[in-house]
Amino acid sequence: MARQETVLNDCMRRGVSRRRFMEFCGTMAATLALPEAYTQTIAAALGQKRKPTLVWLEFQDCAGNSESMLRSTHPTVEEVVLETLSWEYHETIMAGYGKHAEAALQRVVKEEKGKYLVVVEGSIPLAEEGIYCTIGGRSAIEIAREVCRNAAATIAIGSCAWDGGLPSAGINPTGAVGVQEAVPGLKLVNLPGCPHNATNTAAVLVHYLTFGELPAMDGDNRPLFAYGQLIHDQCERRAHYDAGRFVQTWGDEGHRKGYCLFKMGCKGPEATYNCPTVRWNGGTSWPVKSGHGCIGCASSRFWDTKSPFYERLPHPAGFGVDVTAGEIGWTVVAGVAAATAAHAVGHVVRDHFSPKNGDSTAHEEEAVTAASAEVK
Amino acid sequence: MARVVIDPVTRIEGHLRIETEVNGGRVTDAWSSGTMFRGIELILRGRDPREAWIWAQRICGVCTTVHALASVRAVENALGIEVPANAQLVRNIIAGSQNVQDHVVHFYHLHALDWVDVTLALKADPAKTSQLAQSISEWPKSSTTYFKGVQDRVKALVASRQLSLFSSGDWGHPAYQLPPEANLLAVAHYIEALDMQRDFIRIHAVLGGKNPHLQSYLVGGMTTAIDGNEPEAVINPERITLFNELAARAKDFVQQVYIPDVLAVASFYKEWFGYGEGLGNFMAYGDLPSGSINQPAGFFFPRGVILNRDLSTVHPLDPGKISEYVTHSWYEYSVGDGASRKPAEGETNPKYSGPKPPYEYLDTNAKYSWLKAPRYDDKPMEVGPLARTLIAYASGDEQVKKTVDGVLAHFNAPPTALFSTLGRIAARAIEADLVVQKLPDWIAQLDDNMAHGDVRIHNGDKWDPESWPKSCAGFGLEEAPRGSLGHWVEIENKKIANYQAIVPSTWNAGPRDAHGQRGAYEAALINTPIADPERPLEVLRTVHSFDPCLACAVHVVDAQGRPYGREVVATPEPETAAVGLGGY
Repeated sequence: MARQETVLNDCMRRGVSRRRFMEFCGTMAATLALPEAYTQTIAAALGQKRKPTLVWLEFQDCAGNSESMLRSTHPTVEEVVLETLSWEYHETIMAGYGKHAEAALQRVVKEEKGKYLVVVEGSIPLAEEGIYCTIGGRSAIEIAREVCRNAAATIAIGSCAWDGGLPSAGINPTGAVGVQEAVPGLKLVNLPGCPHNATNTAAVLVHYLTFGELPAMDGDNRPLFAYGQLIHDQCERRAHYDAGRFVQTWGDEGHRKGYCLFKMGCKGPEATYNCPTVRWNGGTSWPVKSGHGCIGCASSRFWDTKSPFYERLPHPAGFGVDVTAGEIGWTVVAGVAAATAAHAVGHVVRDHFSPKNGDSTAHEEEAVTAASAEVK
Repeated sequence: MARVVIDPVTRIEGHLRIETEVNGGRVTDAWSSGTMFRGIELILRGRDPREAWIWAQRICGVCTTVHALASVRAVENALGIEVPANAQLVRNIIAGSQNVQDHVVHFYHLHALDWVDVTLALKADPAKTSQLAQSISEWPKSSTTYFKGVQDRVKALVASRQLSLFSSGDWGHPAYQLPPEANLLAVAHYIEALDMQRDFIRIHAVLGGKNPHLQSYLVGGMTTAIDGNEPEAVINPERITLFNELAARAKDFVQQVYIPDVLAVASFYKEWFGYGEGLGNFMAYGDLPSGSINQPAGFFFPRGVILNRDLSTVHPLDPGKISEYVTHSWYEYSVGDGASRKPAEGETNPKYSGPKPPYEYLDTNAKYSWLKAPRYDDKPMEVGPLARTLIAYASGDEQVKKTVDGVLAHFNAPPTALFSTLGRIAARAIEADLVVQKLPDWIAQLDDNMAHGDVRIHNGDKWDPESWPKSCAGFGLEEAPRGSLGHWVEIENKKIANYQAIVPSTWNAGPRDAHGQRGAYEAALINTPIADPERPLEVLRTVHSFDPCLACAVHVVDAQGRPYGREVVATPEPETAAVGLGGY
C-alpha cells in the first residue's frame, strides 16, 4: 500500500511553495465564482488527500483538448498532472505505449473501481459496431463503457465528447455521438468548447476534489460558472454594440478601432461561455479580441446550428439591431434558467458548504470528509 | 519469428498501430495502420467555402492552424485572390511560430522519453550535471542547486509511488544509454520546455485569439486589423514589441537548450545514424513566401523532389503527379483497387474489411489501414523536416548548408548519415533554428508597413459570393511542421462541391500500394534492432522520429456519404436558429 501523500506536502517537497499553492487555490476559487473564503477550503481539501487517479481517453479527436491542457497557465499542466492528480493514462503524453499502456488503464479500472476520474476527448462512433475507431484492437464504445461506468465521475471535454461535435455534423458518416449518448446514465459533466478551456476543466476537477460534488450545472450538464452567461454580455466590444458602432468590412476603420463584430456574423449574442473573461493562453486573448466573430463553439450542435459563421444573426421584422440581439439573448438565458431549476445541483452544494463566520474548521472537515468518501 | 504489435502508439496525435515481424533481434517487416476515421471532407460539402478553414482546422489540434492556412489558400486559389502583404506576413509569423513550437514539443514531450530514462536521473550527481550543462551551453539555468532541485522533484514523485504519466514507461530498458547526468539534464529541460511552449505560443493568442484552433483567418486575408495609431487594433506598436520579445525568448531556448540537447543526446546514440533509413525519396511543396504564394522561387522552404538518396539533383515538383492508392486501405475505387487516383478526382468510398473488434492482429496481406497510400510519380515519398532540409541543402541554400555541415562535422559524419532516425531529429532541430532566426524579419516588415501607414489586411474584392463564377476549383499547398500538406476544393453555386486533403502523415504513415511498395514508416523500420520483443522501444524511436499525426492522416471521404444514427440536421433557417437555443 502506497503511503498516504497529501497534495500540499507533495507540492512542497517538489519545490512548490505554500504561496504558489495558495495562489493556485485562489485562481480556482475565482474561476468557480466562489467567495474568497473558499480558497482556504480548497487548500484544506487538496492538502489532506492522496492524489486521486485520473485517466484521459481519446476517441474521434484531434487532440486539440490535450493541447489546450498543455497550454494551460493557471494552473499549469504540471500542477494538474503531477501535483494535483495522478494522471495514469493519456495517449498523447504518457510514457508507456502498446500493451503496457493498456495494462495501466486496466489496472486503474480494476483496482480503483469507483474511485478514479475519467476525462473523455473526442466523439464515439457507433456505426458498424465501432469499426471507425479502435485502440489496442478494441472499439471506442467498448472502452468507453468499461472505463466510464467504473469511474467515480466522467468529464467530457470539448464539443465532440459532449454532443458528437464535428464528426457528427451534417450527415454524420460514422454515427459519431457524445459520451452521454454513447454511455447513458453516467455521473457526468460536459465541458464543451472547441477546444475546452483548461482553466475551466481544472476548476471542475478542483471543485470535485474539494466538495466531493460536481459543480452546479445546467440541463446539459455544463457547469454554470462557465456556461451560464452570454458572450455578448461579457464582451469588451459591447459598448460599441450599444452605441451602434459596427465593423462593416474586414480591415475597415471600425475593425481597426475594435468595433462590434455583430454584422460580420458574430454569434456572441446567442452563445454562452466564459471565454471573454477567462480567455486563453495565460489570459492573453480570445477570438473576438483577435478581430473575428464568435462561432458559438460551446453551444449545442454548433457546427450545424451556428454555421454559416459569416451570416449575421437574424432579427424579427420591425425591430432594430439592438432589440434583436437582446431578444436572442433572453431566449438563451431563459432556457438556461429553466434547465437549472430542474437540475438544482448547484444550490445543494453551495448551501451545504457555504462558509459561515467562526465555523470554518468544522466546515472544512465536513467538505474534506465528503470529498474523501468519493475519491479516497 | 515473432509478430510484435504496438497499439496504441502513444506520444503522438491520433490512433496509430504498428505491426512488425521480428527475426533474430531485427525487424524484418512492418505494417502501419491508422485505426480511426471521421470523414471531415464529406461533412464540408454544401458549406460556404469562406468558412471551410474553420472546419478543416479541426482535422488536427496538434497541427492546429496549418489546415486553416491550406484551406484559405485553396479557396483563394480557386477564386483568384491575392492577399495583402500584411496578411501574408501574419500568416508567415503564425506558421513559423507553429513550426518552432511544434518541433520543441515533439522533441521534449513526445520523443525524449524514447531516449531518456527518467528514473536514472535519480542516480545523477547534480554537480556533474551542472558541469555537463555548462560544457554544452550558456543557458543560465545550470547550477548544481538547480539540478538538485529538479532531482528532488523526481525523487518525490518516485517516492509517492504515484508516477502519473511516467508510471508505465520502459524504465531500465537496455536500449537506454545516457549517463545519469544527461538524463537529469533532459528531465530538467522537459519541464522547462513546458514553460517555453506555453509562453511562446501567446504569439498565436494575439494573432488568432487562442491556441489551439486559431480564429483569425479569412479568405482574402486575416482579421488581425493593423494600425499604428489605434490602441484597439489587433496589431499595433505594443503588440509588435510583444512579438519581438516572444521571438527572442524562443530563439534563446532553441539555440541554448534544444540544439545543444539534440547534439548531446545524439552523441550517446550515434548508431542511430545507421537505423531508420527509409525510402530515400523526399518531397517538399515549399512554403513561407517572401511575396506572393504563387511565386515559389521566393519561398523560405524551397520546393522540390529528391530521388534515390541522390543529393546532386533536386527535381522540380509537379503537383499533377500526385495520386493515391487504396489497395491496402479500407476503401474501394469504382475503377478497381489496383488503380491510383489523383486528388482532384477525389474518389473515396469507405469499406471496412478488417477484423471485427476486439481483435489481436490485422490481416496485413489484405487491407489494413484507414490511411490511403499517396504516391508521387508512382513512388512513395518521405515528407517533413528531413525532406525540407535535404532539399534546401541540395538546392545550395547557403545558410542551410552551413548549419547542416556544422552538425555533420560535430559527429564527423557524411551527409548520407542524415538518411536515418537521428537524421530526422537533427533536421527538425536545424529547421527550428532557421525559422526562429527568420521570425524577427517578418515582424520587422510588418512593423515597417505599419509605420508607413499600410493598414491593408484583407482583400475584400471577392468576399461577396455574388462576385464568384458559377463553378471553380483550386488547391492550397503548404509545409506543415510534419511535412507537405495539400487541400483541394471545388466550388459550385457558392458552395463546396468537393473537398480533399492529402496530409504529411498520409505520405509517411500510409500503407503499401498496388505494387507492394511500403510507406515511409514501414520502410524505415526494416532492420531496426529489438533487444526485447516484449518492450519494442526501438520501434517507437523510429516511428516517433517522423512525428506522427494520425488524425490528420485519416479523414478522407466519399462521394456518397451514408447518414447514420441521427437525422440529417439541415442548416436551419435564420429564425429557427435562435428558437432552437430555447432547448438548452
